[in-house]
Amino acid sequence: MRRAISIYGLTFSLPLLVWQVLFFVAPLVFLVALSFWTVKNFTMRPDFDPVNWVTMYGKPVFWQAYGITFALAASASVLASLLAFPCSYAIAFKLSDRARRWAVFLMVIPFFTSYLVRVYSWQIFLSDAGIVNVLLGQIGLGPYAMLNTPGATMVGYMTLSLPLVILLQLFSLVFIDRNLIEAAHNMRCGRLRTVFEVVIPSARTGLVIAALFCFILTFGDFVSPVYLGGGDPTTLSILITDTTKSGQQWPRAAVIALTMIGTLLAVAFVAVRFAYAGQAKGARK
Amino acid sequence: MSAESINRSRAVDWSLRVYLVLAYLFIFAPIAASFVFSFNSDRFPSIPLGQFSLEWYKAVATDPLVWEGMGNTLVIGLVVGCVSTLLGFGAAYTDYRYNFFGKQIYMALALLPPTIPVIIMGLAMLAFLSRVNLSGQALSVVIAHVVICAPFAMAIIRLRLSQMDPALEPAAWNLGASEWATMRHVIVPFTKPAIFGALFITMAVSFDEFAIAWFVSGLNETLPVKVLGFLQGQVSPRINAIGTFVFVISMTLVILAQILLSGRVTPVTDDKE
Repeated sequence: MRRAISIYGLTFSLPLLVWQVLFFVAPLVFLVALSFWTVKNFTMRPDFDPVNWVTMYGKPVFWQAYGITFALAASASVLASLLAFPCSYAIAFKLSDRARRWAVFLMVIPFFTSYLVRVYSWQIFLSDAGIVNVLLGQIGLGPYAMLNTPGATMVGYMTLSLPLVILLQLFSLVFIDRNLIEAAHNMRCGRLRTVFEVVIPSARTGLVIAALFCFILTFGDFVSPVYLGGGDPTTLSILITDTTKSGQQWPRAAVIALTMIGTLLAVAFVAVRFAYAGQAKGARK
Repeated sequence: MSAESINRSRAVDWSLRVYLVLAYLFIFAPIAASFVFSFNSDRFPSIPLGQFSLEWYKAVATDPLVWEGMGNTLVIGLVVGCVSTLLGFGAAYTDYRYNFFGKQIYMALALLPPTIPVIIMGLAMLAFLSRVNLSGQALSVVIAHVVICAPFAMAIIRLRLSQMDPALEPAAWNLGASEWATMRHVIVPFTKPAIFGALFITMAVSFDEFAIAWFVSGLNETLPVKVLGFLQGQVSPRINAIGTFVFVISMTLVILAQILLSGRVTPVTDDKE
């Protein structure tokens, strides 16, 4: 099928290449250059000065935000994976084909509803006089302060990531060879043991990738930390928006953004290695 | 399904089902609440509900800023949908048909942009586009949205192409059709449902995207960016009214896409990043 480069071939392959190089690669590369620019009297000038890196990395506030953001995203990934697994397991193995199709369709709907509106809606539930506290009041509990806490941020993170994690897990679970499960049962392997020794190892790649996507989504999200967490503790995304929107400190915001990209690449690398190493081990068994 | 008679415990099955229902409740609670409270007369949303009222819809409908945002959203979404689908089609066909040096890099460009956090994309876009005098326009939002939408179009169309008999194209060539004629009479008709599916999905993605648009839109704010503004201001059930309205539009697009992509291959399983 390999042919010499033709006008025909280029017509289809080039447009996307040109667009993504111009408007995806170039902005990210420019971000690197920008991080070495200097700001004097509220104007940016092209420069090659590591001052922004030195300043940002010298700030305890930055490292505090970094640690908190990382910890929040990591806990969200673990929590989402744990919460999602019984769901994807039930959808994959306990529902009829028809019900499964409906379950998948319902799970796709949240992707097309505004995340902002959903977060606003959680405020109605979680505020001091909100639905949850009113219901708790009926049975004589509360009221509890729930809004503007890390717990509320986590609720937002789950709203953002749970549907995706469930779908990705489901995607790997439905491709498990059902004969394997049957074989495990025939060998008198109990239900739980089957899950841990057959289902999870077989679906390992998908489970890790799902958790990775949750990490990526929550690590960069600023909506939940601001509107549910109350902006306190400060996350890296809040730091970026503050730094960008207040004055001409874009070079410093670039330093934060690049640090985030570096972290995400490292996490993705480790996660992918782990995902596929697990699979190879499973195959050898 | 497997293991019909062995290891079945009704208790476990039922608790799994109950858990599943609870999970769906959690996921749909905010969506449902926003829908319900958009018709509620009280200014501060709480239960018990006030009276049924359309006042928030009226407030939204008489707000010229909302109409302006809506106009921007629709125009931008339409252009983004068309451009992304064209680019995505080209990339999907390239992947289907050709093998070349550096193809992995090409595919990374075609698929990775949605995995970069929007906040970083927003900052990078703002800095870069303002450098080349393209920021603060509707065009800047289009440019940025196509970057993240084209991969969705590519994935949807690629999925359809993978269902095509690879012998079909060579057969047309053997019968004397040129590459262009084959494209027009074989490939495009075959992928048509996916092309429209991709068009609607990318439009829906653009309708809901607010973070990048917030950074680069300048005065040409889209509706979601306006919602972000409302959120920063005081609490207002107007958000619920807008949200419900946008939800209806997005769902219409998604259901259209779903119908086009036909019920056979639960199609939306690979486009949800």
